[in-house]
Amino acid sequence: MNRRDSLKALGLAAAGGALLLDGCRPGTQGKNEAPASAEKLPGVQDWEHARNVKLDAEPFFTEHEMATLGVLADIILPADEVSGSATDAGVPAFIEFMVKDIPAYQTPMRGGLKWLDVQCQRQYGSVFKDCTDSQQLELVDQIAYPAKAKPEMGQGVAFFSLMRNLTASGFFTSEIGVKDIGYVGNRPGVWDGVPQDVLEEHGFKNAWGG
Amino acid sequence: MISYQIKENPEVYDAVVVGSGAGGGMAGYVLAQAGLKVLMLEAGPFFDPAKDTMQLRWPWESPRRGAGTVRPFGDFDAAYGGWELDGEPYSRAAGTEFEWFRARMLGGRTNHWGRISLRMGPDDFKPKDGVTDPWPITYDELKPYYDRVDRMIGIYGTVEGIPNEPDGIFLKPPKPRLNELYIRRAAQKAGVPVIAGRGSVLTEALPGVEGRGTCFYCGQCGRACRVYGDFSSSSCLVIPAMKTGNLKVIDNAMVREVLTDSEGLATGVSYVNTKDLQEYTVRGKVVILGASACESARLLLNSRSAAHPGGLGNSSGLVGRYLHDSTGASAGGILPQLLDRKRYNEDGVGSVHIYSPWWADNAKLKFPRGYHIEYGGGMHMPSYGFLDWVPGANHLVPGKDGQQREQGGYGVSLKEDYRRFYGARVGMAGRGTALARYDNYCEIDPSRVDKYGIPVLRFHYKWANEEVEQAKHMQETFQEILHEMGAIGVSPMPGPETKYGLEAPGKIIHEGGTTRMGDDPKKSVLNKWSQSHDCRNVFVVDAGPFVQQGDKNLTWTILALSMRTAEYILEQRNKLNI
Repeated sequence: MNRRDSLKALGLAAAGGALLLDGCRPGTQGKNEAPASAEKLPGVQDWEHARNVKLDAEPFFTEHEMATLGVLADIILPADEVSGSATDAGVPAFIEFMVKDIPAYQTPMRGGLKWLDVQCQRQYGSVFKDCTDSQQLELVDQIAYPAKAKPEMGQGVAFFSLMRNLTASGFFTSEIGVKDIGYVGNRPGVWDGVPQDVLEEHGFKNAWGG
Repeated sequence: MISYQIKENPEVYDAVVVGSGAGGGMAGYVLAQAGLKVLMLEAGPFFDPAKDTMQLRWPWESPRRGAGTVRPFGDFDAAYGGWELDGEPYSRAAGTEFEWFRARMLGGRTNHWGRISLRMGPDDFKPKDGVTDPWPITYDELKPYYDRVDRMIGIYGTVEGIPNEPDGIFLKPPKPRLNELYIRRAAQKAGVPVIAGRGSVLTEALPGVEGRGTCFYCGQCGRACRVYGDFSSSSCLVIPAMKTGNLKVIDNAMVREVLTDSEGLATGVSYVNTKDLQEYTVRGKVVILGASACESARLLLNSRSAAHPGGLGNSSGLVGRYLHDSTGASAGGILPQLLDRKRYNEDGVGSVHIYSPWWADNAKLKFPRGYHIEYGGGMHMPSYGFLDWVPGANHLVPGKDGQQREQGGYGVSLKEDYRRFYGARVGMAGRGTALARYDNYCEIDPSRVDKYGIPVLRFHYKWANEEVEQAKHMQETFQEILHEMGAIGVSPMPGPETKYGLEAPGKIIHEGGTTRMGDDPKKSVLNKWSQSHDCRNVFVVDAGPFVQQGDKNLTWTILALSMRTAEYILEQRNKLNI
C-alpha cells in the first residue's frame, strides 16, 4: 500500500484539509469539552470509561469554589486579541474533573481557595470573588511571582502555581487553546524536513544540517 | 456461580504459544505460515490497531487531556497496563528496587513501544572485555534473521558502517526536526556522533508486503497505527497469522502453568479466563513461552512437578537470574534560538529521527560498555502539563520589549510567554548497558498470590558501580551538549545521592536475561536455539534468552531470535525430534 492507500484506509482520501479537520473535531466549546460521560471512544476499555463517567457525575467543588476558580482562571489567562479566556475554554470544569481524577490535588486546591478567601477577608474585608478587580489583582501580585513573594505568602504561592498549571493545561489543550498555541499537526501529511525558509532563518544549509 | 471443574480441550495443537508480543507473535507467525496448527494465549483482550487506536484524536477528547492517571503514558497511549495492575501485585526484597511494566493486550508492549529498532553488534554477542559471559551464538549467525526481519517488517535508517552498530536493510529515514539540527551540531562539537534514527516505521512501501499502509507522519506510533504503518505484533504478525487459518488466539487467558507428563515433557498449559474465572487446559506438542522475560520465568518457576521439582527447566537454578534492564538517565533545557518559532507541522514519525550510537573508548572510562542517546523536543500536540515549565523559565530571557521579566506571573503577558516558549525545549535520554548479574533476579514470592491464585514474583535488583558511573558519564555528556547549543534553564546536574539521575531498574522496560541461553546446561536455562535444556519441547522467545543485552533496544533481537527458534522447531519436527 502506498500513502494514498493509507489515507483511503483512514477514510480521508476524498477529504480536503478543512473537511478533514472537521471530521476529527467534535464542535464542542464552552464547558470542559470532553465531558467524561460522553460516548465511549473505540479503544477505551470499559472500566476506564466507567471510571470517567463516575468521576464526572460526582460534584467536588461548591458553587462558591467554582465561581472563584472561574475568576482566578480568567485572571491567569484572560481573553486577548488572539483568543478567548480560560472560562471560554471551559477551564473550571476541567479543573474540577482533574481534582477528582488526581485526588492528591483536592486538599491543595480546596485549601488554597480557602486560603485565598481568608487573605482577602483580612486585607479587604470580603472573599476573593467579591473583591474589586484591583483588589483581586493586588492579592494575585502577592502570590504570582515566586522569587519576590514574601515568605509568609508561601502557601499562596504554591496554590497559585498549581492553579496556573491546571489553567494552562486546560486552556491550551482545548480547541481554542490548541489554535492559539499554533499547533498545526495531528493530520495526515508528508514530513520532508524543516521548511527551507526556516532552515535559512536558523543558518542551516540543508535539511540534514549541512 | 463458578464451576471449579477444569474444562479440558482435547485438541492437540502443534504448538501452544503463550503471549502475543514481539516474541510470541513472530513464533506464531512463522509456524502458522508453515502450516502448523497454533494456539496463542494472551492474558489481555484482543486489540486491533485498525479499530482500537486513539490515533488522530485531539487532546480535548480525553477528559484528563491525556494525563497519565489511568494509563502511565497518558490516555491516548496504546498500552493497556502499567507499572501496577489491579490484583496482580509483585514484591521487592528489602533494600532492592524494580519496576515492572506489563501490557495486557494482543501485541503486548509492541503496541506502544518507541519503534527504535537497533541490532546488537558482534561485540555484544561475544564481548572482548570479558566482563560478562559470551552468547553461545555470534552476530554472524543471527545476521540473516535480522536481514529477514528488516525485509518482512520494515525499518528506516542510514548505512553508517559502524562496527558494533550493524547496518540493516533500510527504508529512507525521516529528516531531522529543527531542534534536532541544533542538537546534531552541538553534539558534534562535543565529540558525540549523531546519525539518522533507526525505527520500524514504513516511510515508504515495503516491497512484497501486503495490507500495510505507509506512514502519513502524525508522529503517533505510540497510540498504535490504524494503517499498520509501523511495527506492532498485532498488526504485522498475529492478525496476518490468523488469516492463514492456522493460528487461533484465545484472549483474556492468563496462563497458570505449563503441564508436563511423567517423563517431564510438556503436554500443554492450564489457564484461567480472566473474565469468568473458569479454568481451562489446552494441549500442544510444543509449548513456546513469549510472555515477557519475567512472566515466562514466573511461569516456569510455577510449573513444578516430580520431574521438575524446582520449576520447569530450572535444573540449573538459573530461571529468574541475570535479570537486567537498560540504564536510563535524562536531561533537558530550553533553546533560546527556538523562542517565537514559526509554526508548521513537524510531527514527523513516532520513532526517533536521530540518535547517537555509543562512541567512546572504554579503556579511558570507569565503566564497561556504553549507551546510546535519544533526543526529544519540538512543537508537539498539546497535552496535560505540557507547558508547566514555562512559568518557571520565563524570567530567563528578556521579554519581546527587551525588559527583564519576573519569574511566574499571570495575565496577557503570561499567555504570550506560553506562546513564546512553546516548542523551544529539548531533551535527551541515555539508554545503556546494565550488566547481567547472578545476584539480580526474580523468584517466586513464598507468601503472595495474585487475584487468580497464581504465586507472584519477588524482585531483587540493585544497581552497581558500573551503572552509576555510566549514568554520571551520561549526565556530563548531556551538560556538554546542552552547553554547546547555548541552552538555558538546563536541568541541574544530579549528584551521587540520586545515582546521577539513574532511573530505577525496570523503568526503561527492557528487562531480559531471566532464562539465559548457553551451551552448558549447568550455566544456562536454554540452549542456543532458546530450547529448554531440561525439556526439549519447551522454548522461550521473549527477552528471557538474552545472555546480555547491548545498549540496543531489545525488540529487533527478540524478533530475529524468535524467527530463528521457530524455524528450528520446524526443522526438529521434520527430524521427529520434538
